[in-house]
Amino acid sequence: MFVQYVGRRLALIPITLLGVSAIVFLLARIVPGDPAQLAAGDQATPEMVEAFRQEYRLDRPIWEQYVAFLGGLLQGELGRSMFTGRPVLDDLRAFLPATLELTAVGITLALLIGVPAGVFSALYRNRWPDQLARGLALTGVSFPVFWLALMLQLLLAVSLDLLPIGGRFPAAYKGPATITGLYTLDFALARDAEGVGLALRHLLLPALCLAVGSVASITRITRTSVLDVLGRDFIRTSRAMGLPERVVIGKYVLKNAFIATLTMLGVALTYMLAGSVLVESVFDWPGIGLYAFKSIIQLDFQPIAAFTLLVGTMVALVNLGVDVLYGVFDPRIRR
Amino acid sequence: MAALAAIALLLVAAVFGPSLAPYSEDAEGAIHADARLRPPSGAHPFGTDELGRDVFSRVLIGARISLSVGVIVLVIGVTIGTILGAIAGFVGGRVGEAIMRFTDITITIPELILALAITAVLGRSLGNTMLAIGLVRWPIYCRLVQAQVAGLATEPFVEAAVAGGGGPARVLLRHILPNCVSPVIVRASLDMGLAILTAAALGFLGLGAQEPIPEWGAMVSNARNTFPTAWWSATFPGLAIFMTVFAFNVLGDGLRDVLDPRTTD
Repeated sequence: MFVQYVGRRLALIPITLLGVSAIVFLLARIVPGDPAQLAAGDQATPEMVEAFRQEYRLDRPIWEQYVAFLGGLLQGELGRSMFTGRPVLDDLRAFLPATLELTAVGITLALLIGVPAGVFSALYRNRWPDQLARGLALTGVSFPVFWLALMLQLLLAVSLDLLPIGGRFPAAYKGPATITGLYTLDFALARDAEGVGLALRHLLLPALCLAVGSVASITRITRTSVLDVLGRDFIRTSRAMGLPERVVIGKYVLKNAFIATLTMLGVALTYMLAGSVLVESVFDWPGIGLYAFKSIIQLDFQPIAAFTLLVGTMVALVNLGVDVLYGVFDPRIRR
Repeated sequence: MAALAAIALLLVAAVFGPSLAPYSEDAEGAIHADARLRPPSGAHPFGTDELGRDVFSRVLIGARISLSVGVIVLVIGVTIGTILGAIAGFVGGRVGEAIMRFTDITITIPELILALAITAVLGRSLGNTMLAIGLVRWPIYCRLVQAQVAGLATEPFVEAAVAGGGGPARVLLRHILPNCVSPVIVRASLDMGLAILTAAALGFLGLGAQEPIPEWGAMVSNARNTFPTAWWSATFPGLAIFMTVFAFNVLGDGLRDVLDPRTTD
């Protein structure tokens, strides 16, 4: 049963990825004007534009172009960045770990804040902690994340000097030997406690900015599922049997709430990957978000297209992972 | 209620902005090199920016842009989404499946990223930004309408309408869609804030309104060059975005409680 469920979900993945690649492909081709000009950029000479046209077979029928595009994708051919001069694939590979680390910490923070807030909200339903939590959550989703980043940077880094202004670690400090590209992990593997501390300090502000938007939805969903569980019979039975409240909440309520929160992970990731473009630019965080930002400023289209494709792929895979985990934890849905 | 008051204020600013602003010419290209980067004062409550322009006036006049962007984006998104969702829900079958698959795929790419890719292709302008965001918003409404229409299509009153000789379009328009209006309105009011945020983000990325149009996101972006010393030129436009979005979110939340009581506790 479970295998069938996973199999069904897995089968959707190629279709989704094809679809995403088709959208990106179409974007690059269905352009007012000349797609070759778009790919070659503003500064290209007519000869360069022609060379692009030949190389990317832009004079061929569109389905032939799409097949060539897919073939190129499978070989890792994502074009070349104008400002780094490197193949886009190399750029993305270099910058991805930084964003992964940032997103992971962001999701952790969002869960650390959102889940307790949601539980509190549910336990003190409609009283002031509930109203406060919901008010704060509503505030959280209203912030333009790039402005929040600037304000937090101004307040905490510049005025109060509590946290670093940007970057992944201080300029004077020697970076870790690159094993995973995730600095906290690399420093830990090198048994450099100070390095881990520094990396975490630098992660805190940008991750917090990313987390703020997701906290609201996590709070809301935790609250709803906790309320839902609290109303069920087996909870009353547990309490009637004399189980301490701590156990009732800890064991049953949280476990069920966890499942619901899981569904939010996909959404949170989507939001954070989008936010990374803005937050990484404010904190000079060398991830794919900053890479995309620089490409956007210069309208360097191939990196933008590759970035879109990468993010779509990541979201699709995470959604699959979430669905599978959901199936693991909640046997009812494995029909 | 306070949210309504805030939005009313916003509307006033949007409509009468140029007349109310003390230095409205600053939103149209005027530059005052001698008044650069003045901190907030009596003459300039929000200070001046790197070109000597009054930030307060520009924020005020920018209200018009933000509000119209939000409205146009929603109109585009709701229209496309409703049409596709209605077809998918009513016709069902392969066509419906295909439409919903396409919707799922579009949702997989985060809105901001897809919108920026579309804008990068179409070219930097406010109009293209609005089109791009509208084009990424429609899936939400498509799903909403499809679910509603599919649910209603089996109702007796619809069968009666079809039996009475109504063609599909007529049945849809006259009988089914009017019943879908309420959830769409709730969703749209909640989305207004999000639409404005996305537009501001695109403005921050330099993809939206071009100089000298005082779009709030673009203003924050321009202010980064003089940040954090001249903190006012980034703070106030951003604050305007926040308060506008917050007001709409509160409004949307309230509307949801009123129109869709099932979701309140």
